[in-house]
Amino acid sequence: MSELLALIVAKYNFWLYIILMMIGLYAMIAKNNLMKKLVGMNIFQTAIILFYVSIGYKHGATLPIIQGDPGGHGAHDAVIHAADYINPVPHVLMLTAIVVSVATFGVAMALCVRVYRRYQTLEEDELRIRLSEK
Amino acid sequence: MKALGLVIVCLTGGLLLYGTMDLPDWGDPASPASTHLSDYYIEYIMEQTQVPNLVTAVLADYRGYDTMFETAVVFCAGLACFLLLRDFRPRKDRYYRHIPTGVMLHVKNPETRIIPGNEFEHMDREWVPSDMIIKTVCRILIPFIQIYAMYVVAHGDFSPGGGFQGGVIFGSSLILMAISYNLKTLVKRVTEKFLSISAAVGVLIYVGLGVLAMVMGGHFLDYGMLAPLVPWDPGHIRALGMLGVEIGVGIAVMAVMVIIYVNIVSEGRHDEGL
Amino acid sequence: MNHMPAIIVLAPLLGAFFSGLAAWIQKPLSYYIALVSTAVSSVAAVGVLKQVLTAGTWQYRMAGWAPPIGIELRVDLLNAMVLVLISAIAFMNLVASVRSVDQEIPDRSPSFYVMYQLFVVGLLGVTATGDLFNLYVLIEITSLTSYTMIALGDIDRAHLAALNYIFIGVIGASFYLLGVGYLYITTGSLNMADVAVILKGIHGSTAVLTAFVLCILGVWIKMALFPLHVWLPNAYSFAPVGFARVVAPLMTKVMVYVMIRLMVTVFGLDYVFNTLHLAEIVVWMGVIAILAGAFMALFQTDLKKMLAYIIVCEIGYMVGGAWLGNTLGMTGAILHILNDALMTFALFLALGNIIYLRKQAAFPNLQGLFAAMPWTMAGLVLAGLSIIGVPPTCGFFSKWYLVLGAFEAGAYHFAAALIISSLVCAVLFFKVFEICFFEPVTDTHDHHGTVPITEAPVSMLVPLGLVSVAIVGAGVYAGTIVNTLILPFLH
Repeated sequence: MSELLALIVAKYNFWLYIILMMIGLYAMIAKNNLMKKLVGMNIFQTAIILFYVSIGYKHGATLPIIQGDPGGHGAHDAVIHAADYINPVPHVLMLTAIVVSVATFGVAMALCVRVYRRYQTLEEDELRIRLSEK
Repeated sequence: MKALGLVIVCLTGGLLLYGTMDLPDWGDPASPASTHLSDYYIEYIMEQTQVPNLVTAVLADYRGYDTMFETAVVFCAGLACFLLLRDFRPRKDRYYRHIPTGVMLHVKNPETRIIPGNEFEHMDREWVPSDMIIKTVCRILIPFIQIYAMYVVAHGDFSPGGGFQGGVIFGSSLILMAISYNLKTLVKRVTEKFLSISAAVGVLIYVGLGVLAMVMGGHFLDYGMLAPLVPWDPGHIRALGMLGVEIGVGIAVMAVMVIIYVNIVSEGRHDEGL
Repeated sequence: MNHMPAIIVLAPLLGAFFSGLAAWIQKPLSYYIALVSTAVSSVAAVGVLKQVLTAGTWQYRMAGWAPPIGIELRVDLLNAMVLVLISAIAFMNLVASVRSVDQEIPDRSPSFYVMYQLFVVGLLGVTATGDLFNLYVLIEITSLTSYTMIALGDIDRAHLAALNYIFIGVIGASFYLLGVGYLYITTGSLNMADVAVILKGIHGSTAVLTAFVLCILGVWIKMALFPLHVWLPNAYSFAPVGFARVVAPLMTKVMVYVMIRLMVTVFGLDYVFNTLHLAEIVVWMGVIAILAGAFMALFQTDLKKMLAYIIVCEIGYMVGGAWLGNTLGMTGAILHILNDALMTFALFLALGNIIYLRKQAAFPNLQGLFAAMPWTMAGLVLAGLSIIGVPPTCGFFSKWYLVLGAFEAGAYHFAAALIISSLVCAVLFFKVFEICFFEPVTDTHDHHGTVPITEAPVSMLVPLGLVSVAIVGAGVYAGTIVNTLILPFLH
């Protein structure tokens, strides 16, 4: 039991984000309202972003911006230690993922507007009834 | 559906948690992710590109090919909103206000035309009286927000920031204008043509810089090859190249933010909305 | 320096933005730009294929950085073949679609062409890239464009179909992204070749297992393998024809390519078949997908929907074949990527011609088609025979390899499913042919009982003719394709 606890404490970031992801995923699958599904989608994607960003963290390190002369002329004289800065790659990847998730959200919103304009509802069961009436 | 959702969530969650067992501890400096590529980036970026903000350097140079497609995704989203929502038919009924008396007119006949001027003012259907305090404050704020946005774009090499962030800030300053005045004010000043052209031009600046590097004899997006074009500062050529693409990204993101906002709030009619 | 691999992807990308700008000058310009850009991309793809055949794998470093540091395009025999396929189909479909786009989306055709080119960029980029994360970004471009294009179709149902596709598609893409995240944590790299080298040392790790399952699940959702297929039939049958014709043959096939790439290049066949013991289950999933797709196709009364379910069935072939665990099965799966893309494209071209003239493709609308559209129907018959698997069409040969692979692996249930589904397809297509040929036209204005020939325009018939030739050609030269492209890739 204490081993499991130690495991969770050492990796609690992953556990938290996975729980968040699952909340989003559940909402995407189980909710009836399209808007709520969209919210679930956003939670899911944001949790993945948090998951990635947490990969980049290193104990005892700071932001990945090299300190020193801001002009950049003197900075490369000083030795740069990799242990002093956190990993920049996950941040870069997540900038991309954020943009992708915003873009998907925008398109989904536009579609919701169209669906609402056509059927005056965003509840899936009502939409199904409307569609079968045709 | 609920039961199915629960089963899927439990299975996926279980799989994900099972996978974490062999992952390195959080923040472990010796984990593969923090050593394999990351060390190379941290130690050599300054030397190779002269850009202290490692995130910007990796984003716009080492993984610039990714970022180009990311900008294309943004463009895509804007185009998608236009394609899905844009509705060129004008609204049948319109609302006007007689300015001296404050009386509202609801014109149902599409033939009747009232020319807005000193006497009449065009109104939104769900009209909220515009507040002088809000208008004045926003009027003063907007230029400052825009300058800050440009600073964020331009200073992305040295501090947190860059094209996406700056573009979003600039776009939101325009959205603020639509909120504090009304949508018509925004659409009149920033036309649809301007927005769609600048969205395409923004991405083209990015791709164009890459193609230019190809023409100069390097690989696609190899900014180092642009040095002969900038004879006064060849040492910082990679930083300048990144600045160039960030400006392109900023323009595209700004335009797309406004396109998405305008199309969604007005359901594609571009006349009134939030 | 030779930039051909980059040009394959960049030509349609540049073309998209120039099309967008040109629309403000003159509307038809955007179509011609799209035509030129996809043509350039096809020529470059053929050039790359030639080069790869003689000189081996071609690596192109983006921004000049060496692979694990930067992103590379990595074109080997498998990609080169798929790249030629995608760009050629995209070009031919543009030639064929100009009339149907004018008919279906008259007011925003320039935006359609911009989106179309971005979609092609996504597919080409997914195929060419050698970087795991880049693959994700490009998958998202293809998905985002296809969500939009599908929503432009049927005015009542397309929006809802597209929204459902978004929800399922986002789950798929997110699973893939999570899988890449687990891989990144355990290896610290994103380059496929680099990850493959590091993974060799840590086959036993639970994180690698999770990464593999997540990546493959994500790709399965995107390719619509049977229980995850729910979005496909609606999405493809409500899409505008000009887009359905390119998304149906290409999207699922590219995802099958991604699956094979992940299995062969990233994780390695040794890991997939010797460390994991999933192959048997997946072959069973393939069997179920084949049977379910075929039987659901039986109950459709609309040609468009029927073809959509046939796609679901074909995916079962490729997934099952790739997981048989022997060279014959994998060869059959890869050959089927090529053949199925050609067959599906021909079927949808014929379908597009029918819809262009008759507005709908429900079975009652098909009466008297053999008399009215002889050339279109000739193409449909040839493609149908190929789907059934009649020699010398190409469909026969990939099924032949798949069946041989199934026998070698002792997976008799897979071989049985292949044969049953061929029979079901035969029933399906002969039902359609019967309606088109024998049933009298119920509401003809012609009192003499003959149907005047109203064939689709030449621009729509020429691509169909070319693809029909390609179907027979790929059949006749199947042995050559296997020996020069597929077997060297697998060894």
